[in-house]
Amino acid sequence: MLEIKNLCKAFHKNKSDEKVIFEDFNLKIKSGEFVTIIGGNGAGKSTLMNLISGTIFPDRGKIVVEDRDVTKLPEHKRAKFIGRVFQDPLKGTAPSLTIEENLSLSMLRNSRRTLSFGVKKNNSEFFMKELEKLNLGLEKRLKTKVGLLSGGQRQALTLLMATITKPKILLLDEHTAALDPSSRDKILNLTNEIAKDEKMATLMITHNMEHALNFGNRTIMLKQGKIVFDVKGEEREKLDASEIQNSFNF
Amino acid sequence: MNILISTCSQGLIYAILALGVYITFRVLNFADMTAEGSLTLGGSTCAILISNGVDPISSVLISSMVGAIAGLATALLHTTLKMQEILAGILTMISLYSINLRIMGKANVSLIGKNTIFKMVGNTQISSFLVGLVICSLLLLGLTWFFKTQIGLAIRATGDNEQMMRAQGANTNLKKILALMISNSICAISGALISQSQGYSDVNMGTGTIVIALASIVIGEALLQKDSFIVKLISVVFGSICYRFIIFLVLTLGMNPSDLKLFTAILAAVLLSLPNIKKVIKRGVKNVGN
Ligand SMILES: Nc1ncnc2c1ncn2[C@@H]1O[C@H](COP(=O)(O)OP(=O)(O)OP(=O)(O)O)[C@@H](O)[C@H]1O
Ligand SMILES: [Mg+2]
Repeated sequence: MLEIKNLCKAFHKNKSDEKVIFEDFNLKIKSGEFVTIIGGNGAGKSTLMNLISGTIFPDRGKIVVEDRDVTKLPEHKRAKFIGRVFQDPLKGTAPSLTIEENLSLSMLRNSRRTLSFGVKKNNSEFFMKELEKLNLGLEKRLKTKVGLLSGGQRQALTLLMATITKPKILLLDEHTAALDPSSRDKILNLTNEIAKDEKMATLMITHNMEHALNFGNRTIMLKQGKIVFDVKGEEREKLDASEIQNSFNF
Repeated sequence: MNILISTCSQGLIYAILALGVYITFRVLNFADMTAEGSLTLGGSTCAILISNGVDPISSVLISSMVGAIAGLATALLHTTLKMQEILAGILTMISLYSINLRIMGKANVSLIGKNTIFKMVGNTQISSFLVGLVICSLLLLGLTWFFKTQIGLAIRATGDNEQMMRAQGANTNLKKILALMISNSICAISGALISQSQGYSDVNMGTGTIVIALASIVIGEALLQKDSFIVKLISVVFGSICYRFIIFLVLTLGMNPSDLKLFTAILAAVLLSLPNIKKVIKRGVKNVGN
């Protein structure tokens, strides 16, 4: 599904303050995998997601999605098969547009935007059904401006918008870090439901060891741009959150 | 009565400019200085066309297309050359000064004795008011429709949250280019009508107009606070008309006309900072309460 080959990335290249983040980085993720990514601050986790989504481009190496080389594809074109949720709940939605308008925009991800009306009446039933799954009562508030929602509500909506067109890859960068415990649990369970899709690969960055082990089916740890730890299956089941925390103290 | 109507019709003609500026400043969140240049561009193009015998309506339409090109120039400076938005607009605006002189061949072109849109409908005060009203209404309807379409919605979302729009698969640069072209073509229409209404175009006719547009926008926002898009656009038109009455008032009260630009700038500054001032006052009251 997703294959990263010999990836190299440095910031401020060829300047005195050059900072190498990745050197010959390799990673293969199959569809149906839900990978949790851990690692200390500055390990390169967000940079990895930015490289996968095309926000930034690698110096060398290849990014392949389902046998297609996407290394040079700009961000907005990759968005057709990559869904993303950021840490900041404000980043994933347009505040002055309504819930319905935001969802309509995300429905158009795979198609060319035209001069037909952006909000289609016959979509609203589908939107309501999808919003119902969030269990936040948003299905009754299609005409509410997103700017009026709470951070948790906005993050849930962002998650829905990121996955409504069934992307091949879902990237989650500490997407529950800014939420209170109850919204956090809600969003995590929702994420779990969505990530069950066998045709999709999910990558979730988290600083919470328990979440990293309890959710998903594979865990990798990054340290200075290298994978120092990659477990799945039984081996992963046996792991204990505090154990990793201690043995890799970061 | 006459003054009432002529003030209103002036407000309507400048409301077109304010609507154009609204698209960049408020919808796209792009501080576009091109507007002053494209207003004059519309005025000079239209004047030169009319004085060469082209019919007024075609002249206005051609002017609007030329205005769109000015918007395109700014948009390309910003999107492909990565120039800051203010700088991109200023560069186009300054270039337009020379271009407008080239178009007119001199600093101003008179339309005395020529046919204009206003003369076509009778050349009375009521008729200029009606021309302004019809064009403003058409624009309001057109813009309301456009910003409800998939493309229009994407432009609004780009202004709201560009990063999100890119993550949603939109080429946000294209959206900015389109919005700037539409905005500046509307500013050019305004210029084309201004020159026909005052009977000449002048290379300096755009100077300071962006502040007038901004003042109109914020006056409108202070008057009508509603969420629906069409009401927001209507409030811009109302704001523009109100602005003209305020100007009329301060002039009759004896203000020196040469101080008008300063007055307008202060008015815009005060109204723009009103939300923040309110916040500060609220916080102050709370602190006292504590
Ligand atoms: N645009 C940039 N320019 C320069 N340096 C950058 C840039 N983006 C990231 N870096 C650097 O790259 C390194 C990795 O950053 P990154 O954001 O990927 O870390 P992270 O693993 O996501 O950390 P955190 O857990 O704090 O989010 C950091 O040292 C950071 O300073
Ligand atoms: Mg990070």
